[in-house]
Amino acid sequence: MSLLEIENLRVEFDTSSGVFRALDGVSYSVDPGEVLAIVGESGSGKSVAMLALMGLLPKTAKVSADKLLFNGQDLKTLNPKQRRKLIGSEIAMIFQEPIASLNPCFNVGFQLNEALKTHTDLGKAARRDRCLELLNDVGIPDPKSRLKSYPHQMSGGQCQRVMIAMAIACSPKLLIADEPTTALDVTIQRQILELLMNLQQQTKMALIMITHDMGVVAQTADRVIVQYKGKLMEEAPVLDLFESPKNPYTKALLSALPENATGDRLPTVADFVQA
Amino acid sequence: MTQPVLKAENITRDYHVKGGLWGKSKTVNALKGINFEVHEGKTLAIVGESGCGKSTLARILTLIDPATSGDLKIDGQSINIAKTKLTPELRQKVQIVFQNPYGSLNPRQKIGKVLEEPLLLNTKKTAGERKKLADEMLVKVGLGPEHYHRYPHMFSGGQRQRIAIARALMLTPRLLVLDEPVSALDLSVQAQILNLLADLQEELNLTYVFISHDLSVVKYIADEVLVMYFGEVVEHRSRDEIFANPQHEYTQTLFAATPRADVESIRERLSN
Repeated sequence: MSLLEIENLRVEFDTSSGVFRALDGVSYSVDPGEVLAIVGESGSGKSVAMLALMGLLPKTAKVSADKLLFNGQDLKTLNPKQRRKLIGSEIAMIFQEPIASLNPCFNVGFQLNEALKTHTDLGKAARRDRCLELLNDVGIPDPKSRLKSYPHQMSGGQCQRVMIAMAIACSPKLLIADEPTTALDVTIQRQILELLMNLQQQTKMALIMITHDMGVVAQTADRVIVQYKGKLMEEAPVLDLFESPKNPYTKALLSALPENATGDRLPTVADFVQA
Repeated sequence: MTQPVLKAENITRDYHVKGGLWGKSKTVNALKGINFEVHEGKTLAIVGESGCGKSTLARILTLIDPATSGDLKIDGQSINIAKTKLTPELRQKVQIVFQNPYGSLNPRQKIGKVLEEPLLLNTKKTAGERKKLADEMLVKVGLGPEHYHRYPHMFSGGQRQRIAIARALMLTPRLLVLDEPVSALDLSVQAQILNLLADLQEELNLTYVFISHDLSVVKYIADEVLVMYFGEVVEHRSRDEIFANPQHEYTQTLFAATPRADVESIRERLSN
């Protein structure tokens, strides 16, 4: 059975110039222990689907789906309390801007502890031990002194490591990483991706990697979903997608990569897809 | 050999950080003696991580900040803005395009006015001439005269970057400094902007200093690559040489860390 099943998911926003459909009937599923990459440019609805899943969209958004199942549980009918219990423990998410996602007013130890306090019934000492263990797992040197550090005292890469530690604190079954390395340097990006992949292999959690970077996709994913303007364009195993893309938009995306440049100028999406 | 458009000799830049109530003040050496030259119609790419001094260098090259020491020559003319005031003629020689097209345009200024402002400040052209030049420039960067009266919020990220490029070109500069011009853009838009830059370079014989951390973009656009690490140049060679055979340890780390999107590397990963 798949861990996450989405069928015909639609998200609409009421705007002053009429209804804007951010997601138009998207269906896919994620198996336990799988790494799924969702690729698309800004406005393609890749983050909106995840936010809908976690119930984080603003009230102006209208979400409808034929099926929205996590681990056999219907996410559509959950009340807020049940949802809060599920999110953070079984589904966790990490965001693009690590420094902005941490609370600047509290130290790292407090914020990590908070996740454990909400979702587990560990005692105070046990929570502290778990915090140290988590920081150690995500490769932060000298975790003991780091517990007292504030986000502004750490680099972007280290903040992202703390975010990952918070996300995996309760051993989630599904981790959603929304552009986890976009704000980081390439050398740091590599470290963070390696960390994520190692954690994924150790814990066998499913990982959804939202990104616009084809290089990141090539290095991490088992299966890839390509979205464009709120619609699902193509779904394929990673090797098939890079070797023989079926959809014109996917072809456009791959040939727009500067490293695949053959001629004098780069082909653009307009050469492949009629607007 | 022709004279280089831009020549930097032993450029340094120090920032003095004042200590707090009890702290000691200290000096940060952001640039520790940078040497290079760029010839007409060529593109020099500057690569490095955040904090290595790329943008400090960009500010010095575009005559925004003075260098602490060293000699900066544009078209053979030595320039030190700490000593002499910047003339409109000098302003016309170097222009810059910034990374974030959302932050670099005034939201209350119409696009036409954005484009005319450099002319208004640095030339004696009449309103009619300025309007005509702005219209022409809009067409040149792939927009249209109908965009003249619109505001920045009505444009997408890629279009705004076109406007920023247009503004930089209004004074027909010799040298254009591009500070991460495509890193805030989507892949397909990035391709369009890179094409535009290549077209403009061919048409106007522009010289580019292209600052980036994305090696795949650098490989596509650069003639020469300069790798910086903690305020120093660790490697400076032609693009083909540096990509074929990176010498310095840091360059090698940088290249190894760049994610590769080709079929062979996916196969290799899946087989492990």
